[in-house]
Amino acid sequence: MGKYLKMLLSSLLVFAGMTNGFAQKPDRSAPPELGPVASLNLPPLQQFVLKNGIQVYLMEKHNVPLVQVNLHIGCGSVNDPADKLGLASLTMDLLNEGAAGKDALALSDAIDFLGANLSTSAGLHSSEVSLNTPVSKMGAALALMADVTLRPDFPENELKRIVKQRLNGLVQNHDQPGTIATHMFNKTIFGETHPYGRSTSGDEKSLRSVKINDLTDFYKNNLIANNAVFIVVGDVTQKQLLPLLEKNFSAWKKGTLNKVEVPTAQQVEKRTIFLVDKPGSAQSVLRIGHVGVKRKTADYFALRVMNTILGGSFAARLNSNLREDKGYTYGAGSQWDYRPTEGRFLAYSNVQTDVTDKAIVEFMKEFKSIHQPIPADELQRGKNYDALGYPGNFETNAAIAGAIHNMIFYGLPADYFNVYVENILKVPAMDVAKVAQKYVLPEQMAIVIVGDREKIEPGLKALNLGEIKHFSIEDVLGKLPDLSDLN
Amino acid sequence: MRKLSLMALLFLFAGLSNVPAGDKLSAPYTRFTLPNGLTVIVHEDHTVPRVSVNIWYHVGSGSEKVGRTGFAHLFEHILFEGSGHVPEGKFDQWLEAAGANNNGSTTNDRTNYYEDLPSNALELALFLESDRMGYLIEAMSPEKVDGQRDVVKNEKRQRVDNQPYGRAWELLSKNLYPAEHPYSWSVIGSMEDLSAASYDDVVEFFNNYYTPSNAALVIAGDVNTDEARKLTEKWFSDVPNRATAPPVDPVPAVLSEEKRIVLEDKVQLPRLYMAWLSPARFQPGDAEFDLLTSVLTEGKNSRLYKRLVYELQIAQSVNSYNGSNKLSGEFYIIATARAGHTLAELEKVIQEELDKIKNEVPSDRELQRALNQYEADFYRGLEKSGGFGGKANQLNTYFYYTGNPDYFNEDLARYQAISPNDLSAIANTYLNDDARVILSIVPEGKTELAGEKGGVK
Repeated sequence: MGKYLKMLLSSLLVFAGMTNGFAQKPDRSAPPELGPVASLNLPPLQQFVLKNGIQVYLMEKHNVPLVQVNLHIGCGSVNDPADKLGLASLTMDLLNEGAAGKDALALSDAIDFLGANLSTSAGLHSSEVSLNTPVSKMGAALALMADVTLRPDFPENELKRIVKQRLNGLVQNHDQPGTIATHMFNKTIFGETHPYGRSTSGDEKSLRSVKINDLTDFYKNNLIANNAVFIVVGDVTQKQLLPLLEKNFSAWKKGTLNKVEVPTAQQVEKRTIFLVDKPGSAQSVLRIGHVGVKRKTADYFALRVMNTILGGSFAARLNSNLREDKGYTYGAGSQWDYRPTEGRFLAYSNVQTDVTDKAIVEFMKEFKSIHQPIPADELQRGKNYDALGYPGNFETNAAIAGAIHNMIFYGLPADYFNVYVENILKVPAMDVAKVAQKYVLPEQMAIVIVGDREKIEPGLKALNLGEIKHFSIEDVLGKLPDLSDLN
Repeated sequence: MRKLSLMALLFLFAGLSNVPAGDKLSAPYTRFTLPNGLTVIVHEDHTVPRVSVNIWYHVGSGSEKVGRTGFAHLFEHILFEGSGHVPEGKFDQWLEAAGANNNGSTTNDRTNYYEDLPSNALELALFLESDRMGYLIEAMSPEKVDGQRDVVKNEKRQRVDNQPYGRAWELLSKNLYPAEHPYSWSVIGSMEDLSAASYDDVVEFFNNYYTPSNAALVIAGDVNTDEARKLTEKWFSDVPNRATAPPVDPVPAVLSEEKRIVLEDKVQLPRLYMAWLSPARFQPGDAEFDLLTSVLTEGKNSRLYKRLVYELQIAQSVNSYNGSNKLSGEFYIIATARAGHTLAELEKVIQEELDKIKNEVPSDRELQRALNQYEADFYRGLEKSGGFGGKANQLNTYFYYTGNPDYFNEDLARYQAISPNDLSAIANTYLNDDARVILSIVPEGKTELAGEKGGVK
């Protein structure tokens, strides 16, 4: 009641002051007290099945005349054979390079003319044909989406073109310190042959040897109706949508699923510095961490709270320390990539070259201090940031569709969105320190640095954090491709 | 920008649209002005229980003095370091404890700040924004300026110095404009000028530009308009109007020659930048340039993409960009050569296509395709209120550049009124061979890969 009265009074005072031409000063001695948080009321998630068995999830949202239609297929770069890296992503790329007799230019013209966006892509475990269309053009857009999904032509000349583009992309990677650091990090924590440690877009050898037959085989084995799910969000009803999906996708046949089990990567054994020399760098790019946790861990919510405090927000410890206190960087943070099998724990920053060693010391301090009990106000702040900010993940059709896919892909409970806030807020304080002790392992970290070796190595040696291993950019990315035969 | 966001450095026009007939493109609003001169714009959208507070100060790097380049952006950073009743560090901590996100960014013309909050936390954002508008200097110190100076220098290292091709933009600005023109330097400024910025500069800049009559506050989302008005009056009533912002009075933006520059950089593939001056934001010709970028480089069928990347396969990528601001616009074509190809090869094809669009009117379908994409993008821009790309920021954009916050329909109408002939005309008027900057960035020691008349350092 006190809070309510105060607000009412100050409004009255402001009003009185204005009529006199004076303004009454507000009470600035403390931030205003806030009323109760409104809960997010999402429209119901509707679920139905096409005649050929494809599950469809629909959330109606009628505020903007757009529809997001995502078709997820349960395959990705983890399905790539060891000698055909990049196959999943090439196969998905080629879908809209010619389909149902329309060549790449005709397809692109048709989609663009509708004002729609149609994209095809592969992730690690899941691939996607994704359509964003004005609802008034949905019929025509879905017909084109079905063409690329069900009737791709896989033209030889388009594969050749895309391969050439990717090979040039490999050349460009040699300029990008962030790309180099991420390659090094994945390779070292997962191992070069692990599906999470390999290239997902292909290396020079695989790109130069890939054949159209590889793509059509991958397509036949994986892009089958019983490996797919639709997620639709936007200005459309089930009554409008269902006949269109039946009409366009009922010809899609089932097949034999070929699921891939990704093995758990062995945890990093001892802390090691991987120093990739890039002479003349103005900053050192840092990636520090190790193998993480799988998505379906009982510790998920505690881990989220812990990471929000460690490095998951602007006011989190890593950024407060390295940026705001020390001025070493424009930003620092940490993330956990949760996957079906243990993913990554990764802390990152780009730091000024001459403080590289000092910055690493601060990272290590924060990894240790997060093992200690968290002060109550900091704990509450971390929980609130994640929990009270949660409705912000449900503003656009694409974001909502992504959240729904995550829920379905990991088999999360149907009330997951509704109980998320509560699940975060109820994490016990002791669990936060416990998961930090269990999962943040400062003695077993890979410390990847891409920077100017000559300038930073003396400082690194003095830290005595572990063995320093040296790499050239070519050690990490492979030899700079010689593309003179392609011109 | 204070925090790195997904938005690229190139601020492509964020207003967007593809309109099925009958759907009105609009964001209804209420506008009022407080006695101290602050404009307030409120837009209700109750789709999710979130509200966005978005404030624009009508000052950017275009108001900077020579010798203090980068100051407007440095100042943006300082604004997060606490104010009279907000101790250092608390700005972010209090917002995060309420479940809110915030950020800020600076362009040539303006500096913006936003808080995206659960709707119950609106008052917190108004308290924080009013406190830094009214009481920033009470909490300012030379140490705080030094701290953010280091951060901004690292922002520059990250975005410019440690990026392949990162130095292109400051070179292009410098060569497009006369030296005294405030668009001739980059928003992030020079390291030297950042070092020179003093505590006194902060006080002067605050008093001149961070005054209520030089700002506009948008509140958009799950909010009641009357409640928003009461809370705004409550929190901003004690902020005095300190000054009228000094007007920007630049020398004219004129470029009357072709300048060719070759820069060696740590890159594998050479990249060509062709740049011209174009119309100012929302001035005649500005929308034509937006559609021209689509016709040239959006999608596989766009003219430059189709020839350079798809058919000839001598370019790895090609983009064009119409960056229009209050005083002037800039139009860029940027193409990266594939391994084994030179920028002269690319430039020749680009020149052929430019000559072609000047001499032959584009087809109706080409124009309609670009327009349909634009229309759909207008709607995509209405999906959310917050962030740099949401409705709140768009209302402030329209208010600043046109005086009408709900300019969505009028904006779309600009594009709908364009004929194929207009695109040829605009190319003929502005894309002249003898008034442009051509920058070749080539791998170290390989100046022979530069544009046509290149090869001179």
